[in-house]
Amino acid sequence: MAIAIINDLLTNVDWSEISDASLDTLFMLGFSVFFSTIIGIPIGLVLFLTSRGRLLQNGPIYNVLSFIINVLRSIPFIILLIVMIPVTTMLLGTSLGAKGTIPPLVVGAFPFFARLVENALKEIDNGIFHMAESCGATTWQIIWHILLPEILPSVIASITVTAIALVSYTAMAGAVGGGGLGDLAIRYGYQRFQTDVMLITVVLMVVLVQVIQMFGDLLVRWLRKK
Amino acid sequence: MIKVKNLYKSYRNQGKTQQVLNDINFEVPAGQVFGIIGKSGAGKSTLIKCLNLLERPDSGEIIIDGIDLTKITSNELRVQRQQIGVIFQHFNLLNSKTIFDNVALPLILHGNHDKAQIKAAVQEMLQLVGLEDFANKYPASLSGGQKQRVGIARALITKPKLLLSDEATSALDPQTTASILDLLLEINRKLGITIALITHELEVVRKICDKVAVIDGGRIIELGNAVDVLLHPREALTRKLIVEEETDKYLENVQQFYQFEKNANRHLLLLSFVGETTYQPLLSIVAKEANVEFSILRGELGRIKDTPFGQLLVEFEGGEDGLSLAKSVMTRLGVHYETIY
Repeated sequence: MAIAIINDLLTNVDWSEISDASLDTLFMLGFSVFFSTIIGIPIGLVLFLTSRGRLLQNGPIYNVLSFIINVLRSIPFIILLIVMIPVTTMLLGTSLGAKGTIPPLVVGAFPFFARLVENALKEIDNGIFHMAESCGATTWQIIWHILLPEILPSVIASITVTAIALVSYTAMAGAVGGGGLGDLAIRYGYQRFQTDVMLITVVLMVVLVQVIQMFGDLLVRWLRKK
Repeated sequence: MIKVKNLYKSYRNQGKTQQVLNDINFEVPAGQVFGIIGKSGAGKSTLIKCLNLLERPDSGEIIIDGIDLTKITSNELRVQRQQIGVIFQHFNLLNSKTIFDNVALPLILHGNHDKAQIKAAVQEMLQLVGLEDFANKYPASLSGGQKQRVGIARALITKPKLLLSDEATSALDPQTTASILDLLLEINRKLGITIALITHELEVVRKICDKVAVIDGGRIIELGNAVDVLLHPREALTRKLIVEEETDKYLENVQQFYQFEKNANRHLLLLSFVGETTYQPLLSIVAKEANVEFSILRGELGRIKDTPFGQLLVEFEGGEDGLSLAKSVMTRLGVHYETIY
């Protein structure tokens, strides 16, 4: 009975298409978060370590890297999607579909994530570095045994923030043939005036964001409690 | 164990050169506790960082256990640093690691991965500092004193020959300070480890130091055995820094008060005695032999590390002759005196 009423209200909704689109969104999100993280952490580390007064202080490297990050961060994502088309085609053979959106998503997100990592590292007390140096630790050991474990909770929190930003990026990627829930919302909800489809996709994205935030918060709380 | 020769260090700040350490020289024999005391900004922090070359001096020699740290390669320096434990004012523990892992860290950084060996070493250290039940806790759940104990366990786990203490008790309350100082003293005796510490607290020097250097404006202005420097400071600045604050204040009051009644028959002396003389009936001997009367206005008995000492503010009455006789008796008995008037 209840299901019948809902189906009457949502006449245009094709549930199998919704579930395909949801899977596409999760696919885009999963890979882009993964790559943004594994690219962003080393870059955040390099930014931190080469900055003034740090272990590998190096003005030129820091300035160039910092400039590139700032440039990437200042390009509007919609422009980045277009600019990245040739690069993506070169890398993956196509710039279309869920797969084709991953490179622009990563390029859009990792600079932001790298800055978050850099900031997390700046929060570490200077005394920790004195301690590590006094123990005769090498730079690699400091990174591996001290910096990475110490920033883990902050990194998880940063991944959460980045993942949520990426949820809306994936929706925007729908505009250039990216697929996923955003694509569905634009093609049916906007172009064909099927408000019910739009509504469902928005609800699903809200749920997705909530779940990511909740899971991230739980993980951070667990790590900080230790 | 430590030999510092002609150490100079300056910082460049906005084109200006600021001399932080100026011709520092001292030696610390193995097994001693050496205190460097000074006000903040005196250069003591820089000095202790120079001792394991966290700060590289402009010139001078820093010889630890026969090796001049300023003349070795950075790899050799890393090895030497493993022989030098350091404890810090703010403990510098890793919040992401358990107490066990914090204490084990230096071993792991030195490439030791033998789990059984690490476990045994960590347990031994935690037992030494009285935290054997805390291995699986995290630093966030510990009090300041407990954190410093973890810091000490971590500093000692590599069995260093030298322990550097960078204001290790300055962030602790007086009671906790006392217990940490007791622990350091116990470690010094049990393990025979040499300790060099910086502090601005007189209490630290008095309780555990054998030798002390007073530093001001980047120079050592007084250097010697803790007993001598604390009881008979030569420099006015040292005096201000280390003489019993209470006694000093008292003296000021007394001097004002007594100005009215000053006369040739009355003399105010500050007597200091150390070691066995502390327990002799000094004043009555002096009074009998010199035939003078005395009254004690203020007194203090205590210990500087293991040495008992006493400091008394005494007024003698009995004329010039009696007084000079009293002074010579005191000199014979080994009492140090300072004439206030």
